[in-house]
Formats: sequence, structure tokens, C-alpha cells
Amino acid sequence: MVENRPFRTFMAYLTLIVGVVVVAFPVYLAIMASTFDTATIINGNMPLTPGDQAPENYTRALFYGGKLAREPVSMMMVNSMIMALGIAFGKILISILSAYAVVYFKFPFRKTAFWVIFITLMLPVEVRIYPTYKIVADLGLLDTYTGLIMPLIASATGTLLFRQFFMTVPDELLEASKIDGAGPFRFFKDTLLPLSITTIAALFVIQFIYGWNQYLWPLLITTQSSMQTIVIGIKKMITTTDALTEWQIAMTTAVLAMVPPVLVVIFMQRLFVKGLVETEK
Amino acid sequence: MEKRAHFSGWTLPLLLIVPQMAITLIFFYWPASQAIWQSFLREDAFGLSSEFVGIENYVVLFEQPEYYRAMVTTVIFSTLVAFFSLSVALLLASQADKNLRGGHAFKTLLIWPYAVAPAIAGVLWLFMFHPTLGTLGRPINALGFNWNPMLNGTDAMILLVLSATWKHVSYNFLFFLAGLQAIPKSVIEAGAIDGAGPMRRFWTIIFPLLSPTTFFLLVVTIVYVFFETFGIIDAVTGGGPAGSTTTLVYKVFADGRSGGDLGLSAAQSVILMIIVIALTAIQFRYVERRVQY
Repeated sequence: MVENRPFRTFMAYLTLIVGVVVVAFPVYLAIMASTFDTATIINGNMPLTPGDQAPENYTRALFYGGKLAREPVSMMMVNSMIMALGIAFGKILISILSAYAVVYFKFPFRKTAFWVIFITLMLPVEVRIYPTYKIVADLGLLDTYTGLIMPLIASATGTLLFRQFFMTVPDELLEASKIDGAGPFRFFKDTLLPLSITTIAALFVIQFIYGWNQYLWPLLITTQSSMQTIVIGIKKMITTTDALTEWQIAMTTAVLAMVPPVLVVIFMQRLFVKGLVETEK
Repeated sequence: MEKRAHFSGWTLPLLLIVPQMAITLIFFYWPASQAIWQSFLREDAFGLSSEFVGIENYVVLFEQPEYYRAMVTTVIFSTLVAFFSLSVALLLASQADKNLRGGHAFKTLLIWPYAVAPAIAGVLWLFMFHPTLGTLGRPINALGFNWNPMLNGTDAMILLVLSATWKHVSYNFLFFLAGLQAIPKSVIEAGAIDGAGPMRRFWTIIFPLLSPTTFFLLVVTIVYVFFETFGIIDAVTGGGPAGSTTTLVYKVFADGRSGGDLGLSAAQSVILMIIVIALTAIQFRYVERRVQY
């Protein structure tokens, strides 16, 4: 700050604290709701301090599921985890390879290939859902992990990110490796891959969150409850006829669904910020 | 930009690029072109035969009052979320930029909602503002307001705007903070020496210098509201009550699910594609020119 004004500093703290409280409050309520029984919540006088039903709620949600979703939440979390990891690793793998080809080789239609990939940046899966659904159905991939993962890998973010990074790698490294007699495989494995670790990790963090939080696509292509992801599972626990909604189980599930991606953001904050800022360039 | 040194040969690079190409062609270009093609076809009721009808689907679409309604809903929804999420994020970022003690902790405490799925964000806010059992919704009703997002369209929209904003502030905050930190301190000090107070410095120096970031975030936020808020809408209102929260994307989904006209649904998809491409193109041109004032 240019000048020191205690009042403005005080206002800054106040604004930030109000911001943090507003941001945290809905989640705090969900955590509290996961420690009460249905009756306490339905009455509309849920206390703001924890109750004693947490062990009961979490055990029931994780291993038995709610009355409406009928699938243990632990199963849904396994599905979400497979989908999120599949999308993250799949995207990293195919995009690092294609970026390597585009940057380090000269081959016919290289520019065309790059543009064909680049254009996919613009269109999210939401605008082509039904035709994509039909293709996945024709390939017999409904209710499979492959069907959940593959269409979401088709995007240019990763390729662009790696291309951008490879462009900053000094040309001298490749020239030196070539003089040492290294071929494309050796150069990739011994030089480029170790240099890309941070970029890979940053992309992983972003794609893991993206994959874990997918909604529309899993909603369409999973019909069996055993293939359900946790984000979809929650929606099924909340019905419009209020009497049937087991809010304590729904909120317990919401808390469980937030834990993995939120932990990733908090503990890998630097990578997360790097990934977020660089994939959006 | 080109590399000086290259590997020769083209079999290996083609092999390296094949996985990405195959996935892109099968799951991206094929469905996208299908959507465009179908938007010019009309299928009979059993889906057995289809005939080419030109732009008839588009004509029918633009004659539907519901389509205009969805368009207006989308515009209202995105304007409100963009306005609130950008201004709140800018307010918080400009405070966090002040070298306060514990500034880093504030950053961590403000960015984590990015990791919460839109559908879950919606469910959290629905629970909080539930008309009969919500910690905040119940007092609102007790005060005599007739608050019910399940029955009243305006209330439902308010709830959607709140939860969509809540989730997106973190993203805008991060980018605003990075933008603020990139502004050289000397420029601000020069303003101070000339006698400009903090408010004046903010509006005449900082805000104009931030304009590229603001514009970028505006486009990203609009795209977010168009597509990612689908989860919030589906989990909280399901497009209702009485279609009052049905956005363009939600309408594509709902029309297709109810087994409606495939051509009509495809025409809607094509219009959405055009909108996104236009938004992205505007953004790229703008970012490339790096206009600042």
C-alpha cells in the first residue's frame, strides 16, 4: 500500500472476513446437517452446533445409501474417482503425445492437425450431447467407464498447454541431445518429460476437479445405479415431494462429494493456480 | 512460433497424434456434424425415415414462444451472475491485494468453492434457503415474505443466481488478484504523489489497467453460465417452476429427453454452437490486440 490508513486496513479485513464467512456458510450448514437426524432438520430448527448423529449418518450413507438412491455412496465415490482419474490421465497422455508431435516434428498437414484439435476448445460437450450420446450408444458404451471417460477427453486444453510449455524449452536442449545421439524416444523420456512434471501435475489437478464434478454427461449415459457418480447420486436423493427427502443423508453425501476436490485445491494450491491460469490462456 | 531444431520422419509424429485425432473425430467432429445435418432434417414419428427440409426447423424454432422465453431467461441469468460474480470478486481481490497480514490464508479460504460441483453448490443453497426447513429460508418466510423457490419463478431465479455466483466468485477472484499483482506499484505511487486518493486511483489507474482481465473474465463467466450451470438448474429447479428457469442449454436437454423432435433439438444445438464460437472469437481477437484503455 502506498499510504498507511488504519481505517482502510480495518475495512479490508472486514470485507475479507465477511467474504470468507459467506463463502463458508452454506458448507458449514451442510456439515452440521450431516450430524442430525431427519426429524431435527425437517422441523426447521436445526441448531448451528453439531449433533450426535454423524457416525450413524456417515456409516449409512457410505455403506447402505439413502432410501431414494439405493446405492452406497462409497460405490458412487469409486465411480467418480475412476471417471476423474481416467479423464485426467487420459487427457494428459493423449495431449502430451500430440503436442510433442506438433512441436518437435515436421510432417505433412501439421498445421491442419493443430487447427483440427484447436477448434475443439470452443465447444463444450453440452452443445452436442444427443449426437454424442447416440454415437456412444451405437458403440455399445452406455453404462461403461469407457463411455463415461472418452468423450470428455476430446478437448484441446491439454494439447495447447503442453505446446505452450514445449515452446519455452530451449532449442539447444534438442540440439545437444541429437549430438549425443538421442532419438525421439530418448529425448522425450530423458529430457522433455522430466522438465514437464510441473505442467503435468498442474493439468492433472484441473482435470481431476473437472472430471469429478461432471454432471450432464454421466446423467445421460448411466442408467444402472451401480454406475452412478456421486454428483448424480445427490440429485436423486432430493425429491420435489419433501416428505421423502432424507436431508441428513443428502447433506452427508454432499459433504463426501466435496472432500476430494476441495482437498486437492487446498493442498495443491500452487499447482491448481498454475493449471487454472495457464489452461485459460 | 516455430522450433529451430526438429526430428525428421513423419511416421512417428503421425502415430503420436493418432490417439488425439481419433478421439476428437469420433466424439467431437462426428457428433457436431451430425447435429448440423440433423438440424436440416425432419424425422417421422417413429424415427424410421427422414427428409431434408432446409431451414424449416429453424423457422419453427423461432416461432416458438418458449424459445424466446428461454433466451430471455438465459440473458437475465448470465447478466446477473456476471455482474455479481465480477463485482464481488473484484472487491475481494482489491482488498486481498493490500499486503495484509494473513493475506495468503484469505486467498486459500476464498478460492476453494471452485472445487465444488455446480450441482452440489445448488443443493447447498437450496438447503439453506429451503422455504420450510432452511436456516435462512424459514426466517425469510417468518418475516412475512412469501419466499418459495419451488413455486415462484422469481424466487427460483434468485436462488440460481446466488448459487451460481457463489461458485464462480472464486475463479474471478483468482484472476483479478493475479491481474492486480501485475500492476507496477510505481504507477500507483505516481498517482498518489499527484494527490489522487485511493478511490480515485482505483477508478482512474487500476480499473482501466485491469480491463483486459475484466473482459476475459466476462466472456468466461458468460460461457460458465451458459453451460456449467446446467448442473445447478437440474438439481435445484429442473427448469421450473413452469419453465421459468429453463435456459437455452436446459431446453436442448429437456426437449431431447422428452423424446421430442430430433431436428428441432439439433437446430437448438447448432445455434448454441454459433453463440459459443462467436464468444470465443471475440475473446481471441480482443486478447490478441491487448487493448488496455
